[in-house]
Amino acid sequence: MDLVANNLSYKPDEQYHLNEVSFNFKEGNLYTILGRTLSGKTTLLKTIAGLLTPDSGEIKFEGKNFLKVPVWERNVAMVYQQFINYPHLNVFENIAFPLKQRKIDQEVINEKVMDALKSVGLLGYEKRKIQELSGGQQQRVSLARSLVKNAKILLLDEPLVNLDYKLREQLREEFKNLFSKGLADETILIYSTTDPRETMELNGEVIVLDEGKVLQVGPAKEIFENPNSLKVAEISNDPPMNIIEAKILDNHIRFEGIDVEAPQHLSKLTEDGLKIGLRSSDIELGENGHEFEVELAEISGSETLLHLKRGDTKIIVSIEEVLNFKIHDKVKINFKIDRAYAFHADGKLASSPFGDLNG
Amino acid sequence: MNKLYIFLKYFFIVVWTVFVVAPFLWALTTSFKDFQSVNGGVTYIPWVDFEPNLEGWKVLIKSPAKGGVDIIEPYFNSMFVTCTASLISIILGTLSAYALSRYTFKAGFVKNNDITFFFISQRIMPPIVLSIPFFLFLSSINLLDSLTGLIVVYIVLLMPIAVWIMVDFFNKVPREIDETALIDGCNPYQAFLKVVLPNSIPGLIVAGMFCIIFGWIDFFFAFILTFTEVQLLPVKIVALNSSVTPWWSLSASALVSVAPLIIVAFIVERYLSKGNLSGAIK
Repeated sequence: MDLVANNLSYKPDEQYHLNEVSFNFKEGNLYTILGRTLSGKTTLLKTIAGLLTPDSGEIKFEGKNFLKVPVWERNVAMVYQQFINYPHLNVFENIAFPLKQRKIDQEVINEKVMDALKSVGLLGYEKRKIQELSGGQQQRVSLARSLVKNAKILLLDEPLVNLDYKLREQLREEFKNLFSKGLADETILIYSTTDPRETMELNGEVIVLDEGKVLQVGPAKEIFENPNSLKVAEISNDPPMNIIEAKILDNHIRFEGIDVEAPQHLSKLTEDGLKIGLRSSDIELGENGHEFEVELAEISGSETLLHLKRGDTKIIVSIEEVLNFKIHDKVKINFKIDRAYAFHADGKLASSPFGDLNG
Repeated sequence: MNKLYIFLKYFFIVVWTVFVVAPFLWALTTSFKDFQSVNGGVTYIPWVDFEPNLEGWKVLIKSPAKGGVDIIEPYFNSMFVTCTASLISIILGTLSAYALSRYTFKAGFVKNNDITFFFISQRIMPPIVLSIPFFLFLSSINLLDSLTGLIVVYIVLLMPIAVWIMVDFFNKVPREIDETALIDGCNPYQAFLKVVLPNSIPGLIVAGMFCIIFGWIDFFFAFILTFTEVQLLPVKIVALNSSVTPWWSLSASALVSVAPLIIVAFIVERYLSKGNLSGAIK
């Protein structure tokens, strides 16, 4: 059954947490809600779970007005970004809790809990206390508890954000496998995250949320290739897409004394206030490039992020190796200009290297 | 440096221990003395310094007709009143505290914090202010000089303590735990009983201890609201005093009255040191 929401709004204080949010989630699909912190992701998930009641709008599920159904009858499951488990129960009892609540036979419970433990890789831990587990293990317990219920709607609220880098990579991989084979066909999986890479890797339908408003909906690939506005381009890239104020004249892009030949998809744009968007990975170091000054160099994992400056233009370049730079060093860079985006002055996408703008 | 530190540490521990234990030792030895031993100079060691006898203790259980004070009935009265009032205060206080911690109340300018403060303000008020209202109230419902009346009054006195401690405690239990319980199929009452309460046992014990202590040691209301039918221990102990201060029986009664608190403290201390309480909530 579809989960349909119409014009959900929630404004508990000065700011909108949800602003006219509508969606149509189909069963058996994975939906990723992508947005920065405080964009309304958690509010949306809590509204679906029934922990919050929106000021206006409606949610329909299985032909019922979902907002009238109390939380405990909704058959949803939720994993929080904090590792939330029941501290007074051990691992087994934690996972069995929702099943006991349904008064299922003890034998069936044992079987299901063991299955869930196996699928999250915690076999042998069932007698442990929650406090004796690491953060990653606690989150696995949390996940197992939400899987064991066979809930029709599974909500995951930034489940990996509080884990360290290595563990995050590992769990993300496991999640993907679990989602692809471990879930029933009728489950609607809703996953919220701030991390564009996670979004792309999960490869589901993406809802880009900002200040409570839905900016764009589409498959992950579509969001990546054709972000419909500057905002989406910023949110869906990490580091955010570089935005350069430039002019296109006589088939040339000009900014800060730099003059690059415009690729075909940008050549027809001549309007004022145009902004060129270029991903940090689409800029590379090169001998014959344009000179920029290093403002900051940070090494994250196996890549180096260079914050560069030339005049008033600041850009970030990501390099797929670990390099050492000093502040104020001069570097030369080349733009893969055929992969540049252009945005109108109002922030709407003007042209994309992947072409085919549907309106 | 290190040795000096260790020396100082143990030095202060010893001084403090003497400071705490000395009054009990004094009371213990005094309770076995008679008039001569008490007034015949400083003596501490039984059979060497003085000849111990049980007179001080016997007075406590002898009936008034035989020159005793008979504290057995007041003792059980005190226990019954304290335990009943504490239990009811903890139950009501915990429920109120949970509501104040989790739900938003608003009536005009009165909000959650104001309600919490109202509870606490009951303790800020000097007890003497409440004495006449309580007296008139109990006499109007015919509960003066009765155990029930005392329990009612003690609930008013003890519940604020329970609310105060438990509100603070519930605020430290993450809301997400309740929410997870709701999502896992509990209604709000089940979420409270099955998930929140088991994780609040440390708070319940602390609140319970405070209620028992404050209930047990109260003299003022026990004195004002009872006459002949019902007597509580603190009032009875004071009645021991006469023109000649009977130090031996006063000491014995002091030890008897402080004993339950010491036992409670030891039980709780053992439970605490097992680590069952700390770290339940991360």
